[in-house]
Amino acid sequence: MAYSDKVLDHYTNPRNVGSLDKASQEVGTGLVGAPECGDVMKLQIKVNPTTNIIEDAKFKTFGCGSAIASSSLATEWVKGKTVDEALGIRNTDIVKELSLPPVKIHCSVLAEDAIRAAIGDWKKKNGQTQTQGQPQSVAVEQRA
Amino acid sequence: MSTKSTNVIAGNGNKDVKLPIYMDNHATTRTDPRVVEEMLPYFTEKYGNAASRNHEFGWVAEQAVEQARERIAKLIGATAKEIIFTSGATESDNLAIKGVAEMYKEKGNHIITQAIEHKAVLDTCKRLEKYGFRVTYLPVQKDGRIDLDDLKRAMDDKTILVTIMAANNEIGVLQPIREIGALCHERGVLFHTDAVQQIGKVPFNVIQDNVDIASISAHKLYGPKGVGALYVRRKNPRVQLVAQIDGGGHERGMRSGTLNVTGIVGFGKACAIAGSDMAEEAKYLAGLRDRLKDAIMGQLDEVYINGSMEHRLPGNLNISFAYVEGESLLMGINDIAVSSGSACTSATLEPSYVLKGLGAGDDLAHSSIRFGLGRFNTAAEVDYVAERVVDTVRRLRELSPLYEMAKEGIDLTKVQWAAEPAH
Repeated sequence: MAYSDKVLDHYTNPRNVGSLDKASQEVGTGLVGAPECGDVMKLQIKVNPTTNIIEDAKFKTFGCGSAIASSSLATEWVKGKTVDEALGIRNTDIVKELSLPPVKIHCSVLAEDAIRAAIGDWKKKNGQTQTQGQPQSVAVEQRA
Repeated sequence: MSTKSTNVIAGNGNKDVKLPIYMDNHATTRTDPRVVEEMLPYFTEKYGNAASRNHEFGWVAEQAVEQARERIAKLIGATAKEIIFTSGATESDNLAIKGVAEMYKEKGNHIITQAIEHKAVLDTCKRLEKYGFRVTYLPVQKDGRIDLDDLKRAMDDKTILVTIMAANNEIGVLQPIREIGALCHERGVLFHTDAVQQIGKVPFNVIQDNVDIASISAHKLYGPKGVGALYVRRKNPRVQLVAQIDGGGHERGMRSGTLNVTGIVGFGKACAIAGSDMAEEAKYLAGLRDRLKDAIMGQLDEVYINGSMEHRLPGNLNISFAYVEGESLLMGINDIAVSSGSACTSATLEPSYVLKGLGAGDDLAHSSIRFGLGRFNTAAEVDYVAERVVDTVRRLRELSPLYEMAKEGIDLTKVQWAAEPAH
């Protein structure tokens, strides 16, 4: 399969790779997907408590090149947006930006889910109610 | 280091390699230049139809076909009359299984195969199930081989055919065909083997290995694409098949259609080369394979070999790189041609059924890479490939939330993963 230049660019130079302190009050973490499905995305946001602006975002992704590119793009797009603005990002925007073929649309869906899961986690931590349509997609980590 | 996939010369110490590197020799092989040379006159000078009985052009073509038939037969310990030419191994598998089923349906309706066969066998068996045949799909053990006791237990008085491959196309694991064949002969059951990956790589002899019917393909042993053969035993026992393609009655009535003379000439030459070079080449390939394995496993943790190392084609290495998805790994090593068992690289979006058949778990199937070494690979290429794979796996693990979680001591099997959106 031929990848678009933008997918190749994000794959070769992924933006915002890394992790934020998930224990921090200002940080929301979304972990979506499953290893047996071949895709797992972790997307984290750091939100300014007074402005609700997402000041930083980090991701790590296990998945194909399109999954890596979708999550890399998602971190770029949420940065500088308020939490509510970020909730407006749609997977179809990601499909368009990265020219994803139909077979890779689920990668963009997962990236949208990851944004929503991260914001949902942050809202929960900060006593805000869940947005309607919030996917219940934060994986529960259990220590071995 | 360059990742361009065009013809650039990559610096690799003082050993330069030409890119891209082909290391997917289970998919197909480069046609050996000696094979091409032998084929060429049959396109433009000796272009007769081998079935033309009344002129020189036909006789010359027929003679070339018969010489090729002899060469192919010799490589597998058969006689020339036992070789039926086809368009390739998929057709050979279809002819063998459907041809036996139709011929022996009065005797019984039970066929035995196993879980990690090629789709040409599995899908043919599935079709026969629709027509009232009963098919047993034996499981394989963790090492990729069937358990002979399972086979014994599966056989009953309605069993007419056992079809089990010689070497697997993904993991290179060799099945115990000699023992399987012996068991079949004891019970009066026919034994077909898809021997495409084994013939020309590891000794294969239809008499010693107790094989009644065998599928062969030219392009897996440095011959041209589009030509294959079916070995059909003529005595002890004499195997009869119902033709699946009707027409002019070519190939002793078992496969009608004008013979692909150029392809057959190339097929014959490829078998002649394999016959003389196989032993030395197997040692060479096993050496390269082990060099690749040692370089990768010496530098990376949590890599797992899929299938038996003991019973394996010399040129095959199939490895799962935990916490790294196969397609993204292929993307990172795009100047190297290999394959992955990842769902993302398959048309069905399902991870490799072969690796799942070993009980590897879907996550490791997604993380697998198949390296298929061949005659034209070099040690310098192996060193380059190992270096690129190690670098890319390290980079992708830095990007992998699973690797991070595993390093934090989280047991990934105990994580309650969220449901993924439908593919």
